[in-house]
Amino acid sequence: MLVEIKKPKKVGIIPCNGEEICEGTLTRFASRKVLDELRPHETVTICLPLFIAGGQEERGFAKNFPTITVDGCSKRCSQISTEKLSSRPYHSIVVSELLREHNIKPPPSRRTITEKDQAAVDLIAGEIANKVDEILGNNQGG
Amino acid sequence: MGKKIVVLPCSGIGKAFGEVGRQAVYSLAEELRPEDVTTTCLARLMIDDPEAKALVKDNIVITVDGCALSCAQKSVESTGRQVDSAMRVIDIFKKHKDLKPQGVLELGESGFKLAEILAENLNEEVDCIMKKG
Repeated sequence: MLVEIKKPKKVGIIPCNGEEICEGTLTRFASRKVLDELRPHETVTICLPLFIAGGQEERGFAKNFPTITVDGCSKRCSQISTEKLSSRPYHSIVVSELLREHNIKPPPSRRTITEKDQAAVDLIAGEIANKVDEILGNNQGG
Repeated sequence: MGKKIVVLPCSGIGKAFGEVGRQAVYSLAEELRPEDVTTTCLARLMIDDPEAKALVKDNIVITVDGCALSCAQKSVESTGRQVDSAMRVIDIFKKHKDLKPQGVLELGESGFKLAEILAENLNEEVDCIMKKG
Protein backbone atom coordinates (compact mmCIF):
# COMPACT_ATOMS: atom_id res chain seq x y z
CA MET A 1 0.00 0.00 0.00
CA LEU A 2 1.35 3.42 -0.93
CA VAL A 3 1.12 6.17 1.64
CA GLU A 4 1.35 9.74 0.45
CA ILE A 5 3.66 11.80 2.64
CA LYS A 6 2.78 15.46 2.35
CA LYS A 7 5.67 17.88 2.56
CA PRO A 8 5.09 20.93 4.72
CA LYS A 9 4.71 24.18 2.79
CA LYS A 10 5.57 26.63 5.53
CA VAL A 11 8.01 26.74 8.40
CA GLY A 12 7.32 28.65 11.62
CA ILE A 13 10.17 30.72 13.01
CA ILE A 14 9.99 31.46 16.73
CA PRO A 15 12.61 33.90 18.02
CA CYS A 16 13.04 34.41 21.76
CA ASN A 17 13.19 38.20 21.23
CA GLY A 18 15.15 38.43 24.49
CA GLU A 19 14.65 42.02 25.61
CA GLU A 20 17.48 41.94 28.13
CA ILE A 21 20.37 40.96 25.88
CA CYS A 22 21.93 42.05 22.60
CA GLU A 23 21.65 38.52 21.19
CA GLY A 24 17.86 38.77 21.69
CA THR A 25 17.83 41.78 19.40
CA LEU A 26 19.73 39.73 16.84
CA THR A 27 17.06 37.00 16.95
CA ARG A 28 14.48 39.66 15.98
CA PHE A 29 16.44 41.17 13.11
CA ALA A 30 17.54 37.81 11.70
CA SER A 31 14.03 36.32 11.87
CA ARG A 32 12.54 39.38 10.16
CA LYS A 33 15.21 39.18 7.45
CA VAL A 34 14.18 35.61 6.69
CA LEU A 35 10.47 36.52 6.74
CA ASP A 36 10.80 39.70 4.69
CA GLU A 37 13.68 38.94 2.32
CA LEU A 38 15.13 35.44 2.23
CA ARG A 39 12.14 33.08 2.45
CA PRO A 40 9.00 35.28 2.47
CA HIS A 41 6.75 32.64 0.90
CA GLU A 42 8.00 29.73 2.98
CA THR A 43 7.98 31.13 6.51
CA VAL A 44 5.64 32.51 9.15
CA THR A 45 6.35 33.69 12.66
CA ILE A 46 4.61 33.88 16.01
CA CYS A 47 5.31 36.01 19.07
CA LEU A 48 6.55 33.48 21.62
CA PRO A 49 4.36 34.69 24.54
CA LEU A 50 1.28 34.09 22.40
CA PHE A 51 1.61 30.46 23.48
CA ILE A 52 0.51 31.75 26.90
CA ALA A 53 -1.67 34.70 25.89
CA GLY A 54 -3.31 33.14 22.85
CA GLY A 55 -5.76 30.32 22.42
CA GLN A 56 -5.69 26.80 21.03
CA GLU A 57 -4.77 28.11 17.59
CA GLU A 58 -1.48 29.46 18.84
CA ARG A 59 -0.78 26.43 21.01
CA GLY A 60 -1.42 24.16 18.06
CA PHE A 61 0.94 26.24 15.94
CA ALA A 62 3.86 23.85 16.12
CA LYS A 63 1.57 20.90 15.45
CA ASN A 64 0.52 22.44 12.12
CA PHE A 65 3.88 23.90 11.13
CA PRO A 66 7.40 22.55 11.47
CA THR A 67 9.24 25.13 13.54
CA ILE A 68 12.69 26.57 14.07
CA THR A 69 13.36 28.24 17.41
CA VAL A 70 15.95 31.01 17.56
CA ASP A 71 17.33 31.69 21.02
CA GLY A 72 19.72 34.45 22.04
CA CYS A 73 21.40 32.54 24.86
CA SER A 74 21.86 29.09 26.34
CA LYS A 75 18.74 29.42 28.50
CA ARG A 76 16.89 28.39 25.30
CA CYS A 77 13.61 30.01 26.37
CA SER A 78 12.05 29.72 22.93
CA GLN A 79 12.97 26.07 22.46
CA ILE A 80 11.84 25.05 25.94
CA SER A 81 8.60 27.07 25.79
CA THR A 82 7.72 25.73 22.35
CA GLU A 83 8.33 22.16 23.53
CA LYS A 84 6.32 22.74 26.71
CA LEU A 85 3.34 24.61 25.27
CA SER A 86 3.14 23.42 21.67
CA SER A 87 5.37 20.77 20.07
CA ARG A 88 9.02 19.89 19.65
CA PRO A 89 10.78 22.21 17.15
CA TYR A 90 12.49 20.71 14.09
CA HIS A 91 15.60 22.79 14.66
CA SER A 92 16.88 24.99 17.44
CA ILE A 93 19.45 27.72 16.93
CA VAL A 94 21.32 29.42 19.79
CA VAL A 95 22.73 32.75 18.63
CA SER A 96 25.46 33.08 21.28
CA GLU A 97 26.86 29.68 20.29
CA LEU A 98 26.63 30.39 16.56
CA LEU A 99 28.47 33.71 16.94
CA ARG A 100 31.19 32.04 19.02
CA GLU A 101 31.67 29.33 16.38
CA HIS A 102 32.19 32.04 13.74
CA ASN A 103 34.22 34.35 15.95
CA ILE A 104 31.69 37.19 15.58
CA LYS A 105 31.04 39.56 18.47
CA PRO A 106 27.46 40.42 19.46
CA PRO A 107 26.33 44.06 19.05
CA PRO A 108 27.38 46.43 21.84
CA SER A 109 23.80 47.69 22.28
CA ARG A 110 20.53 45.81 22.67
CA ARG A 111 18.58 48.79 21.31
CA THR A 112 19.42 48.39 17.68
CA ILE A 113 22.01 47.07 15.28
CA THR A 114 24.50 49.07 13.24
CA GLU A 115 26.17 48.43 9.89
CA LYS A 116 28.96 46.61 11.78
CA ASP A 117 26.48 44.13 13.23
CA GLN A 118 25.00 43.23 9.86
CA ALA A 119 27.42 40.29 9.50
CA ALA A 120 25.89 38.71 12.61
CA VAL A 121 22.34 39.21 11.30
CA ASP A 122 23.32 37.78 7.91
CA LEU A 123 24.95 34.74 9.52
CA ILE A 124 21.94 33.91 11.68
CA ALA A 125 19.42 34.62 8.92
CA GLY A 126 21.41 32.41 6.54
CA GLU A 127 21.43 29.60 9.10
CA ILE A 128 17.66 29.87 9.55
CA ALA A 129 17.08 29.93 5.76
CA ASN A 130 19.27 26.83 5.32
CA LYS A 131 17.25 24.99 7.94
CA VAL A 132 14.01 26.10 6.24
CA ASP A 133 15.30 24.61 2.98
CA GLU A 134 16.28 21.39 4.73
CA ILE A 135 12.79 21.03 6.18
CA LEU A 136 10.99 21.84 2.94
CA GLY A 137 13.39 19.83 0.83
CA ASN A 138 14.27 22.86 -1.27
CA ASN A 139 17.67 23.78 -2.58
CA GLN A 140 17.43 27.51 -3.08
CA GLY A 141 20.88 28.46 -1.91
CA GLY A 142 21.76 31.77 -0.29
CA MET B 1 17.30 48.92 49.40
CA GLY B 2 13.88 49.88 47.93
CA LYS B 3 12.01 47.97 45.35
CA LYS B 4 12.95 48.25 41.70
CA ILE B 5 10.39 48.90 39.00
CA VAL B 6 10.48 46.10 36.46
CA VAL B 7 9.15 47.23 33.10
CA LEU B 8 8.48 44.43 30.65
CA PRO B 9 7.72 45.05 26.98
CA CYS B 10 5.97 42.37 24.92
CA SER B 11 7.98 40.36 22.41
CA GLY B 12 5.85 41.45 19.48
CA ILE B 13 7.61 40.88 16.17
CA GLY B 14 4.69 40.85 13.75
CA LYS B 15 3.79 44.53 14.01
CA ALA B 16 5.69 47.76 14.68
CA PHE B 17 3.95 48.43 17.99
CA GLY B 18 5.99 45.66 19.63
CA GLU B 19 9.19 47.44 18.62
CA VAL B 20 7.80 50.82 19.77
CA GLY B 21 7.17 49.36 23.24
CA ARG B 22 10.60 47.76 23.33
CA GLN B 23 12.34 51.02 22.38
CA ALA B 24 10.32 52.99 24.94
CA VAL B 25 11.38 50.58 27.70
CA TYR B 26 15.04 50.90 26.69
CA SER B 27 14.74 54.72 26.82
CA LEU B 28 13.18 54.51 30.26
CA ALA B 29 15.63 51.97 31.69
CA GLU B 30 18.82 53.35 30.13
CA GLU B 31 18.23 57.12 29.96
CA LEU B 32 15.26 58.41 31.96
CA ARG B 33 15.25 56.18 35.08
CA PRO B 34 18.34 53.95 35.14
CA GLU B 35 18.43 54.00 38.96
CA ASP B 36 14.82 52.91 39.41
CA VAL B 37 13.91 50.81 36.39
CA THR B 38 15.11 47.49 35.08
CA THR B 39 13.84 44.95 32.58
CA THR B 40 14.29 41.29 31.78
CA CYS B 41 13.46 38.90 28.96
CA LEU B 42 9.74 38.11 28.97
CA ALA B 43 10.48 34.61 27.70
CA ARG B 44 12.38 33.80 30.90
CA LEU B 45 9.04 33.81 32.71
CA MET B 46 7.79 31.19 30.28
CA ILE B 47 10.48 28.72 31.31
CA ASP B 48 9.97 29.43 35.02
CA ASP B 49 13.47 30.92 35.30
CA PRO B 50 13.91 31.37 39.09
CA GLU B 51 15.81 34.67 38.85
CA ALA B 52 13.24 36.27 36.52
CA LYS B 53 10.33 34.96 38.59
CA ALA B 54 11.87 36.38 41.78
CA LEU B 55 12.42 39.73 40.05
CA VAL B 56 8.72 40.11 39.21
CA LYS B 57 7.57 38.63 42.51
CA ASP B 58 9.64 40.95 44.71
CA ASN B 59 9.37 44.21 42.78
CA ILE B 60 6.87 46.54 41.15
CA VAL B 61 5.85 45.44 37.65
CA ILE B 62 4.66 47.48 34.67
CA THR B 63 3.94 45.75 31.38
CA VAL B 64 3.98 47.40 27.95
CA ASP B 65 2.02 45.56 25.29
CA GLY B 66 1.91 46.30 21.59
CA CYS B 67 -1.56 44.96 20.93
CA ALA B 68 -4.78 43.95 22.66
CA LEU B 69 -3.63 40.36 23.17
CA SER B 70 -1.58 41.68 26.10
CA CYS B 71 1.08 38.95 25.98
CA ALA B 72 3.39 40.69 28.45
CA GLN B 73 0.65 41.22 31.02
CA LYS B 74 -0.64 37.65 30.65
CA SER B 75 2.87 36.20 30.86
CA VAL B 76 3.43 37.93 34.20
CA GLU B 77 0.00 36.89 35.45
CA SER B 78 0.73 33.28 34.48
CA THR B 79 3.32 33.29 37.28
CA GLY B 80 0.60 34.15 39.81
CA ARG B 81 1.61 37.81 40.04
CA GLN B 82 -0.81 40.64 39.14
CA VAL B 83 0.86 43.58 37.38
CA ASP B 84 0.91 46.97 39.10
CA SER B 85 0.25 48.80 35.87
CA ALA B 86 -0.36 47.76 32.26
CA MET B 87 0.17 50.10 29.31
CA ARG B 88 -0.57 49.51 25.64
CA VAL B 89 1.18 51.11 22.68
CA ILE B 90 -2.07 51.12 20.71
CA ASP B 91 -3.65 53.44 23.31
CA ILE B 92 -0.81 55.98 22.93
CA PHE B 93 -1.00 55.69 19.14
CA LYS B 94 -4.73 56.46 19.19
CA LYS B 95 -3.82 59.87 20.66
CA HIS B 96 -1.00 60.43 18.14
CA LYS B 97 -2.22 58.95 14.89
CA ASP B 98 0.19 61.11 12.88
CA LEU B 99 3.10 59.14 14.39
CA LYS B 100 2.76 55.95 12.38
CA PRO B 101 5.92 53.81 12.48
CA GLN B 102 7.54 53.20 9.09
CA GLY B 103 8.35 49.52 9.44
CA VAL B 104 8.23 46.64 11.88
CA LEU B 105 11.82 46.99 13.10
CA GLU B 106 12.86 50.20 11.35
CA LEU B 107 10.55 52.62 13.11
CA GLY B 108 11.68 55.79 11.34
CA GLU B 109 11.41 59.28 12.79
CA SER B 110 7.68 59.09 13.53
CA GLY B 111 7.93 55.68 15.18
CA PHE B 112 10.80 56.77 17.41
CA LYS B 113 8.83 59.90 18.35
CA LEU B 114 5.94 57.64 19.37
CA ALA B 115 8.37 55.56 21.44
CA GLU B 116 9.64 58.76 23.13
CA ILE B 117 6.10 59.79 24.05
CA LEU B 118 5.43 56.33 25.45
CA ALA B 119 8.66 56.50 27.45
CA GLU B 120 7.55 59.85 28.92
CA ASN B 121 4.18 58.30 29.84
CA LEU B 122 5.97 55.41 31.49
CA ASN B 123 8.20 57.86 33.35
CA GLU B 124 5.11 59.60 34.74
CA GLU B 125 3.64 56.24 35.72
CA VAL B 126 6.86 55.39 37.58
CA ASP B 127 6.56 58.73 39.44
CA CYS B 128 2.96 57.93 40.43
CA ILE B 129 3.85 54.46 41.66
CA MET B 130 6.85 55.71 43.65
CA LYS B 131 4.78 58.49 45.29
CA LYS B 132 2.24 55.90 46.41
CA GLY B 133 5.17 54.07 48.02
